[in-house]
Amino acid sequence: MATVVVEHVSKAYQRGTVPALRDMSFDVRSGELFGLIGPDGAGKTTLLRILTTLLLADQGSARVADLDVVKDYHAIRRLVGYMPGRFSLYQDLSVAENLAFFATVFGTTVAANYHLVSDIYVQLEPFKQRLAGNLSGGMKQKLALCCALIHEPKVLFLDEPTTGVDPVSRKEFWDMLGRLRDRGITIVVSTPYMDEAARCDRVALVQHGQIIALDSLPAMLASHATETFAVRGATGGPFHMLRDLRAYPFTKYCFAFGQEHHLVLLPNAPGGAAVEAYMRERGHATVSVQRIAPNIEDVFIELSQPPSAKEPAHG
Amino acid sequence: MATDRKLRGAAIFWAFIVKEFKHVVRDRKSLAILLGLPVVMMTLFGFALSNEVKDTRFVVVDLTPDAATLALTDRLDQSKYFSFAGQVRNEAEIEQVFRRGEARLAVLFGAQFDRGNAGQRQLRLVADASDANTANIVTNYATAIIAQFQSELPGALPTSAGIVVETRMLYNPQLKSSYMFVPGVMTLILMLLGAMMTSVSIVREKERGTMEVLLVSPMNPLMVIISKAVPYMVLCFVDVLIILALSYGVLDMPGGANIPLLLAECLLFIVTTLALGLVISNKVETQQTAMFISLVGLLMPALVFSGFMFPIENMPLPLKVISNVVPTKWFYMIASNVMIKGLGFAAVIKPTVILAGMTLVLLLISLKSFKQRL
Repeated sequence: MATVVVEHVSKAYQRGTVPALRDMSFDVRSGELFGLIGPDGAGKTTLLRILTTLLLADQGSARVADLDVVKDYHAIRRLVGYMPGRFSLYQDLSVAENLAFFATVFGTTVAANYHLVSDIYVQLEPFKQRLAGNLSGGMKQKLALCCALIHEPKVLFLDEPTTGVDPVSRKEFWDMLGRLRDRGITIVVSTPYMDEAARCDRVALVQHGQIIALDSLPAMLASHATETFAVRGATGGPFHMLRDLRAYPFTKYCFAFGQEHHLVLLPNAPGGAAVEAYMRERGHATVSVQRIAPNIEDVFIELSQPPSAKEPAHG
Repeated sequence: MATDRKLRGAAIFWAFIVKEFKHVVRDRKSLAILLGLPVVMMTLFGFALSNEVKDTRFVVVDLTPDAATLALTDRLDQSKYFSFAGQVRNEAEIEQVFRRGEARLAVLFGAQFDRGNAGQRQLRLVADASDANTANIVTNYATAIIAQFQSELPGALPTSAGIVVETRMLYNPQLKSSYMFVPGVMTLILMLLGAMMTSVSIVREKERGTMEVLLVSPMNPLMVIISKAVPYMVLCFVDVLIILALSYGVLDMPGGANIPLLLAECLLFIVTTLALGLVISNKVETQQTAMFISLVGLLMPALVFSGFMFPIENMPLPLKVISNVVPTKWFYMIASNVMIKGLGFAAVIKPTVILAGMTLVLLLISLKSFKQRL
């Protein structure tokens, strides 16, 4: 059963000149932890705002918990929780005051629904008299999650909750989302971090207002297993190496990935050893070329390649 | 179930009021503005900016001093309005004294003042009219004192022989301006604080993104707006009380005003300004714009068209017509009638009805223009 149904939704800004969403359709199943993954400007926030009844789509329709986002917006607002992309709590109120205020606004009390937020709030408790504006980034996001959860929502929409949060807090945050999913709350979360796809039941890769792939992470990796090489080297700057790899006649595309370069070759290429030889010829003496299993980022780059283009549009 | 919902509504309302008060109290600047502005404005207008005449220095040209000229000079000096600044010899010297700012009024006695017949006594007043209003008041006061002196002189004409013009300044007999301005200051303060504070506080929620969260809540968005307006209504009312306390306690405002009526009218005007603030907050996205519109778009017309600074009767017709749509004009009319003239409700029915109508229209506009979405 689908909790969120999006059908042919399009939305453009500035009188239709700047498209944000183009004919987007997908379902989110009940009780699923669903990830919207894509770079900044892909349309994730617009989509979440349409689903939380804050924006109207230009075309298409969407339903949340069998309620229409346009007609039944008031009913939807009663049963969803929403955490906007930027910190949206009162900075001049304390942690405890923020939580109590939002509990009251949502028609409940902290005491009545404490069990929902207890394992998150327990970390905030030592700071409960502190003003929300003075919390660290991770703590702010945890408080915002508490405030979005305090009324026991059926569906939770989180817009980039881990952006600007340190890796440890990010992990903790995703652990919490997992526990909430186990309680039966349907969660739609957007993130620009590809590695967070592993924490979702299913992910939708979003780019330029379109979904370019939608599946569970293992299925997505299996169906887009393009032959990918990791190229490492010690000499020459990373840029120098990237330039040479891109100049290789059989390169389909190549992009920097941390300390190494990920290289995908054209179908008629001679193979990994030939790349190594080519690079030695170019003066990269200690180069190593290894075949690797593509990760989610490789899949994203592969899928976002314009058809038959040699230069990748990465960045 | 219905009572349950009502209770919940009351709880939300209360939570909002408490939250809003916390915002105000924790933001020292807005607190200082809210409570300090009435005090500062009242003090400024009450003491510093008063156009009341006190201890105006005057010089005397008296070439043939005698008992009468000395007595009159002394009489002027004794009054609290004037103080004697010395003798000068001729008109040229008067000008120098005026230029140096050492005096604002000169009294020139005719030769042999005392010996002349009652009809021939000559006296001239020369006033520094670079500030025309003050010059006018100063000469009026001096004339009054001189007339009084003359009527006591031996050989004074019986009053029946000439026309004696006696001017009575009703409602403000001493021409004390210090409490005359209270209705005007009250109008300005309420207009500024009511509209600015409400619009800024709502727009702040938009700017910080909290409005986004409040919109996606079971709370009726209308309730959000109304519960934001109520705390500012309370604060504005506190300001009214501060102003009244200062007027009666410090500025010696004469009693006799119908206080309950005055408070009720103030409450009506506060609602008007809050409605204006709501209209503004629905139209703008940043606190700065809200503040700018409140200051320039509301304070200026309030200042110009209330009749407080510039009498509306003296305005050209187009401005007179415009003044009718400015709510401050009507509130100023009500406030000065009730406070200064001590009139009752019957006298202010017309402006009250007009103001109430404007408030209703503004509230309707703000409800219509409220955005349920981003």
